[in-house]
Amino acid sequence: MKSPRIFVPNDATAVACGADRVARKLEAGLAARGVTADITRNGSRGLFWLEPLIEVETERGRVGYGPVKPSDIEDLLHAGILHGADHPLCVGVVDEIPYLKKQTRLTFARIGIINPLSLTDYKAHGGYRGLERAITLGPSATVEEVVESGLRGRGGAGFPTGIKWRTVAAAPADQRYIVCNADEGDSGTFADRLIMEADPFCLIEGMTIAGLAVGATKGYVYCRSEYPLAFVVMEKAIEKARDAGLLGNNILGSGLAFDMEMRMGAGAYVCGEETALLESLEGKRGLVRAKPPLPAHKGLFQKPTVINNLVSLATVPVILDKGGKYYRDFGMGRSRGTMPIQIAGNVKYGGLFETAFGIPLGELVYDIGGGTASGRPVKAVQAGGPLGAYLPTHQFDTPFDYEAFTAKDALIGHGGLVVFDDTADMADMARFAMEFCAHESCGKCTPCRIGSTRGVETLDKVMAGEKREQNLALLTDLCHTMKLGSLCALGGFTPYPVMSALNHFPEDFGAAPKLPAAAE
Amino acid sequence: MAVYEDWSTERAAQVISENRHLEGATMPILHALQETFGFVPDPAVPMIAESLNLSRAEVYGVLTFYHDFRREAPGRHVVKMCAAEACQSMGGKALAHYAEEKLGVDMGATSPDGRVTLEPIYCLGLCACAPSALVDGQLVGRLDRDAIDEIAASIANGKSFGEA
Repeated sequence: MKSPRIFVPNDATAVACGADRVARKLEAGLAARGVTADITRNGSRGLFWLEPLIEVETERGRVGYGPVKPSDIEDLLHAGILHGADHPLCVGVVDEIPYLKKQTRLTFARIGIINPLSLTDYKAHGGYRGLERAITLGPSATVEEVVESGLRGRGGAGFPTGIKWRTVAAAPADQRYIVCNADEGDSGTFADRLIMEADPFCLIEGMTIAGLAVGATKGYVYCRSEYPLAFVVMEKAIEKARDAGLLGNNILGSGLAFDMEMRMGAGAYVCGEETALLESLEGKRGLVRAKPPLPAHKGLFQKPTVINNLVSLATVPVILDKGGKYYRDFGMGRSRGTMPIQIAGNVKYGGLFETAFGIPLGELVYDIGGGTASGRPVKAVQAGGPLGAYLPTHQFDTPFDYEAFTAKDALIGHGGLVVFDDTADMADMARFAMEFCAHESCGKCTPCRIGSTRGVETLDKVMAGEKREQNLALLTDLCHTMKLGSLCALGGFTPYPVMSALNHFPEDFGAAPKLPAAAE
Repeated sequence: MAVYEDWSTERAAQVISENRHLEGATMPILHALQETFGFVPDPAVPMIAESLNLSRAEVYGVLTFYHDFRREAPGRHVVKMCAAEACQSMGGKALAHYAEEKLGVDMGATSPDGRVTLEPIYCLGLCACAPSALVDGQLVGRLDRDAIDEIAASIANGKSFGEA
């Protein structure tokens, strides 16, 4: 009999939920039975409420069991999971789980399926076809392919990626750089982490294509220190790619050069802002730069630099492989392609849901996410991280789209959704937004540096019932100043969570509740 | 629980010289020093400055800008609890208070006996299995009071969390 193939994920979420202990217990259980099985540590499928999710290869496909505790292993082996037997933890064939089946996985097509560090697996699932095509097309046609795809920056700003590349390619220079922003600091997001941990070659391929397209020979991935596992996986993958001639001076025998390096952040949220990130990479304090000059003209070490979000770069291989038009045909309006939406917080089915733009927010929270984990009513969703607005349930018909969110004074950001139940105190959350801004401000501009601290103080007064009306007016004015006067999105967008909390939930601030008619 | 080397000028010089060839070497050097000694002591500042041809003020500025870098030795155990929104939505704040009580140390402080440091961290990216923590470098998701009890007990016994 062929030895069965079993998958136990080793991404950070699975590991944090005990996957390493599960794997050890499984090995021991198999050894005790004298069974030789091939245990592959795959990345996660992104169905986090099922982690650790064990999968067993069967004739029907990969059958899943989860969430598995180490103490479940004996029982599972006894039930005969090696043959895909039924068990209370059995979730059936994983590919058939509706949460997965309803998705359109383009960027995340391979996560959880392959062994993250196997180049053979990566190539068997379409890897490096994009790079091969890019080499055949040549630099300018590669850039135009990305322009045609309509891909916009997945970090939140939504700037067209191809246009950025075109600018860098046209800037005269002796050295250009590709910088990957993997400083994924927004609460409720984990898409970058998942790529790095579950499909690292995809990022390497994307950055290599970017390098060849704009004439950059060196790339850096700026990865946050809160992602220790991702950092290690990426370093190993880079080493493997180098050994296989996929990085270095003669990529795929083309004579073209590109190499890359991992760099670790040090806990500063503001370094997710592109110019602060560049300063940090240069070995300086993470102070935001005034723009212009744009990084595309004067970026890292003052050289023309493509600085893209990790998801943007990881989407490039599929665009080059299948064509810009293929990618552009997904989505709505000016939001083309797919977005990895990360459903998190107080939610029953938290995970990564990649889908074409346009899906209504409520569908994501209720139909996909299953409502709150606590079973209480949903109060609000914070979309787009700590700088994103709180959307109340009456705005849940908003389609997931850059422009539709902007129209509601909200933003999609990096695609994170944090669900809150009715026990959340929105005045508390508004105060946290100001406090976080004060904690993370780089200090360069006054509205952010001073405004955030004044914001915390003013909210404290409001919450203590001190001159409530006057202080709320002051807070609104302060938010206006921060929004218009800050140098970057940290100070500029902190007003989104604050004002949305105040506008939609005035009763939490001790102010008169909105009339039901106005709220509907 | 991490074990660090005692401060030594020779060792520090070695760590610095191993990394100084990198572009923008300041951050990699600071990380490497902290990994070696557990923190970046003041005598390292002029050494880095000299090696990279920077002023001491510049190096000091970088060292003090980033939340991760320590200028004093941490406790023998380090517990970082996620304080961001997703963890808050799952009761992270109350759990943080419980941890303060159980570990006998305030958030952001090291216990007087140097046993444990408790710190907030802003997002471990485990937002779909919140609340979460990083205990002596180990990720812990779906944190609850029982898990905090277990962490406190293992620290009291001088073991790392999850050690058999």
